Amino acid sequence: MESSLGQPNFISVLFFVVFVVLTLGITYWAAKKTKTSSEFYAAGRSITGFQNGLALSGDFMSAASFLGISGMVALKGYDGIIYAVGWLVGWPALMFLLAEPLRNLGKYTFADVLAFRLKQKPIRIVASVGGILVTITYSIAQIVGSGKLINLMFGLPYELAVLIVGGVMLLYVLFGGMIATTWVQIIKACLLLFGVTLLVILSLAQFGFSLENLFSAVETKFGRTALEPGGFASSPIDSISLGLALMFGLLGLPHILMRFYTVPDAKEARKSVAYATTFIGYFYIIIPIVGFAAAVLIGREQIAGIDKGGNMAAALLAELLGGTPFLGFIAAVAFATILAVVAGLTLAAASTISHDLYFNVFTEGKATEDEQVSVAKKATVVFSIVSILLGILFKDQNVAFMVGLAFAIAASGNFPALFLSIVWKNFSTLGGVFSILIGSVSATLFIIFSPTVWVDVFKFDQAIFPLKNPAIVSMSLAFISAFIFSKLFPDENASAKFESEKVRVYLGVGAE
Amino acid sequence: MKIKAHQLIESIEFKKLVRTRWTVSFVLLFFLFLNYYGFILIIALKKEWVTEKLGTGNYGLYAGASVILFSWLLTFIYVFWANRYYDQEVEVLKSKLESETR
Repeated sequence: MESSLGQPNFISVLFFVVFVVLTLGITYWAAKKTKTSSEFYAAGRSITGFQNGLALSGDFMSAASFLGISGMVALKGYDGIIYAVGWLVGWPALMFLLAEPLRNLGKYTFADVLAFRLKQKPIRIVASVGGILVTITYSIAQIVGSGKLINLMFGLPYELAVLIVGGVMLLYVLFGGMIATTWVQIIKACLLLFGVTLLVILSLAQFGFSLENLFSAVETKFGRTALEPGGFASSPIDSISLGLALMFGLLGLPHILMRFYTVPDAKEARKSVAYATTFIGYFYIIIPIVGFAAAVLIGREQIAGIDKGGNMAAALLAELLGGTPFLGFIAAVAFATILAVVAGLTLAAASTISHDLYFNVFTEGKATEDEQVSVAKKATVVFSIVSILLGILFKDQNVAFMVGLAFAIAASGNFPALFLSIVWKNFSTLGGVFSILIGSVSATLFIIFSPTVWVDVFKFDQAIFPLKNPAIVSMSLAFISAFIFSKLFPDENASAKFESEKVRVYLGVGAE
Repeated sequence: MKIKAHQLIESIEFKKLVRTRWTVSFVLLFFLFLNYYGFILIIALKKEWVTEKLGTGNYGLYAGASVILFSWLLTFIYVFWANRYYDQEVEVLKSKLESETR
């Protein structure tokens, strides 16, 4: 098959321009409604549970999920399915453990929850470090990925692609704040779900709408092993550790957690997770079909020939089944996907810098509304420029491990402290500080010393830390240090406030 | 009779509400763990269970989708419980609170 992939084709550019014009129109409309800090960070708490469920899906389903998992299934077969399942299972856990307490306790960021009982300054500073580490590593992974993808799809130079993504994203967040970001994510989620559904229907049509026929075609072409687990989950401890990071990492991702403040109350927060789980679950159930169909109809060699990670499998399949117009549409969807995720991350980082560090630590809660919004906007600009520059700097680096790093830090640094602050009366300020520090630092160091970085990136012979994902160790360390330091340095003030925290967590009394 | 916040959280009803809330959460979390970590451990340790043929595919292909469906089901059991029981209890308890503490 001759592919027009990599040449700027008229239809994909058209779809892309339509998307950008539409979303910038929304940003213009949102800008008029974005005056106060509550509107900038939390869309004035005006989003419904259903809308937030869609926006959460848009915030979470990255290009790595869409193009990466379909490519992994196409090239490696069944192992891609194991990976896909891991991306969903955090959502029920988020529902059971955090969604409602988070909404009732916090205002704009997850650090609000920690600072409800613990001492403002130390806990906010440390939580910001954890939060920013997660958002910056996740952003770099997304931006480097986006530059390469756009380069492959449209043939644009890498640096220009990164600048376009960074620039458009900056406009959304800077002028439209959370309202614009939410709507970009909603539109993206709808486009992505529609695009993938259409791709699945067109693929299955080639096999008489029968999964049986698809599976037997895979078997005929690649042998039985394509339908069976390979090396991905062969070490039990490594698989469980990766599973823990994927599951509890979600519960520590600042850009996901801050979305819960956009809804009016805990009941809507609950609905948000229910809708998000439905959309995301549906997506991960059907995406392997795209991968298998691409493997059969296009062939592994051609897919791997264009990109060795298999990232172009979905795009090639779209071109085969729907011609250049469908390729253009899928390319625009991939672009929209990246924009929505990066916008969410940037907004999360900006609110950490302005709300946690500037407002609560630096001015001790004395800044005016205008000052807060103005600092939030400056933080948006600075964070965007830094991530664009880092994206260009990391151009030829292997950044695949960075998403894993972000999830490991989120699971080990942010989640244990957040959870303990809700359920454990004697959790103290120093317990929180050390839990976050030890969790984040150990997760980072273990990843650097792991086979993924020490051997694959730095080319040493032997890894110092044996596991590919450290969560099982670093999460345990975070919980243990929270316990030890809370016992050693109790915080009477924090225990005394546990009563009023409970009324708010369970009844929602006094929640903003 | 209206009561103050600190009396309310000492009340049997409030303590029961909190206990039930976390019991429900942890029971559901337990099933989530069983579901997901069971799935990866079976793949790692008992591969022959998932590679057994089912039609032209095998059990493993459908197991992946089932793990997602079951997780989704657990989420909806929580929502169903919270809408039916938790929200009503919260309303009852809130109505007992003195107005100035609200």
